[in-house]
Amino acid sequence: MRHFGTLLRHEIRILCYAPATYIAAFLFLIVMGSLFQWVIETYNQGTQETIPWVVFFQLFWLPVFFMVPLLTMKSFSEEKRLGTLENLMTTPAGTAEIVLAKFFSAYLLYLLLWGITIGFNFILFHFAQDPRLIETGPLLGGFIFSALSGLLFIATGIFASTVTRSQLVAGILTFSLLFGMIIGSRYLSELKQLETAYSVTLRNWIDTLQIFQHAEDLSRGVVDTRAIFFYIFGATLMLTFSTLVIRSKIWRG
Amino acid sequence: MAANNEPSISVDNLVKKYAGVTAVNEVSFTVAKGEIIGFLGPNGAGKSTTMRILTGFIPATSGTVHICGIDVARHPEKIKRHIGYMPENNPLPDDMRVLEYLKLRGRLKGVSRRKLRSRLDEVLEVCDLKRASRRIIGTLSKGYRQRVGIADSILAEPEVIIMDEPTIGLDPHQIVMIRDLIAGLRGKMSILISSHILPEIEMTCDRVVIINGGRVVAANTPRNLRREFIPEKTYVAELQGSRDGLFSALDRAGLDLSIESISDGENNGFFTATFSTKNEEEVGESLAEALLAGRRYRLRSLKRCEPTLEEVFMAATRRSWDVLMPDPKPKPKKDRDPDNGGGAPSSSPERDSSPTPTPST
Repeated sequence: MRHFGTLLRHEIRILCYAPATYIAAFLFLIVMGSLFQWVIETYNQGTQETIPWVVFFQLFWLPVFFMVPLLTMKSFSEEKRLGTLENLMTTPAGTAEIVLAKFFSAYLLYLLLWGITIGFNFILFHFAQDPRLIETGPLLGGFIFSALSGLLFIATGIFASTVTRSQLVAGILTFSLLFGMIIGSRYLSELKQLETAYSVTLRNWIDTLQIFQHAEDLSRGVVDTRAIFFYIFGATLMLTFSTLVIRSKIWRG
Repeated sequence: MAANNEPSISVDNLVKKYAGVTAVNEVSFTVAKGEIIGFLGPNGAGKSTTMRILTGFIPATSGTVHICGIDVARHPEKIKRHIGYMPENNPLPDDMRVLEYLKLRGRLKGVSRRKLRSRLDEVLEVCDLKRASRRIIGTLSKGYRQRVGIADSILAEPEVIIMDEPTIGLDPHQIVMIRDLIAGLRGKMSILISSHILPEIEMTCDRVVIINGGRVVAANTPRNLRREFIPEKTYVAELQGSRDGLFSALDRAGLDLSIESISDGENNGFFTATFSTKNEEEVGESLAEALLAGRRYRLRSLKRCEPTLEEVFMAATRRSWDVLMPDPKPKPKKDRDPDNGGGAPSSSPERDSSPTPTPST
């Protein structure tokens, strides 16, 4: 891991220069700002059970579907298209270091963008001057959910970019995988076929993988270690696959 | 680290197969410390594949490669510290500045921060990149990009440098610059360089390895390769006198020379005659004496012609094609040269036609 720091700095620099980063940031902040405004307007119309942040974090999937592909689609596919991966792989830097550097650069940017949404809180407080709207517990829980789920989402994007030379294909593949993970798991849990006595164990497993449920739990301050394990294990698995794909491409020649 | 007498690169029976196709077939060669080796072959001969195996980027199907005494298959990470590699087409990130890129490469190759500054200065100077150091790589001309690739490969002062077509797309000035640059590294680093610009290889390299159809078809110094593949010595004389009397003039002198051609036209009363011999000895002086004897001929010039490396390359690859894809119809046998076919691993000494030698000055 001697070269990780050098590679990470380089990757962050590349992301800072890439137009896709600014498009992702702009779209994310526009979408999140609009969502937050919509949530506040909904609260204006009647009494709600939860504070606005819980609803806000429940809509995490909307920016994730376009932001994660935009942040990760370039990472390996562009290197492969240009041939610069060969340059990189013939230096003493290891494959795992290269994969981790690309992952963490995108992840740090993902965290930064979610972090900027804390600003919405101050804007709300400035105008509303109502401390009930700002509870640190749900707010912290929501951001922990974003940070945890981000590990898996970004790792998925990195994996998708290792399997193709085309940024577009990498982006579409990331979107499809995330869609399957987020929406697909919810659809599966609603299947009537899984309501039989025989499929209890399977159903319990699927419930554990419910990303919507994790978002709700964490933004209410409920910390489930199974969810933490799920995201960390999922991200590790995706990054391991990414490393193997990069190596296998080489081994295939 | 390699012991003093240990070759920097040692390739032994290297085989690489892709989906049933043998790209590299039983290739073996060595590169001594400080030696510059030219790696030649037509497109698809297996040069780039061999070079990629040498860098540890792709594995071999069988056979072994040692870089500085380290087995590439067993320790691919270790050998990367000893290698400076410039891949085919020299891929570079378009959105980085030259200096930034070289700094990154230096750090990745383990050059300390303190040393990196002085090394960058040296490398930018040597590669004539000082003026372009702040420019974005994507805006550079082909020549500058090649220089950036070369600067990268020598930056960490590796023991072994592998360059895949470093002079491709360069203008003659840039080719001379790169040639001088590579020649300046002789004795300091072992260099394996592939190129299609054969005069450059001849001028720069100590030895040449010619590969065709995945096999090494010749490996020797350019001088020895000439002897091996085009053993005929050729002389071109500008003469004034009787064309018909040439045979008898040669006979009288007892020279084992045959007349290859006699020009039809005349230039200020002089015609051109081309002589050839398979003798090892130099017969230029005897030929001049024979022609001037009895004042039968006026001799304006006499040149010995050396076959170019292109001609050697053509002869070597043609010979290997004869072996790889033999003609189904048997050809009538021609006289064989006893000196021919000494070094090539698989030799079919029969050549359909000898390449035309080019006069050397």
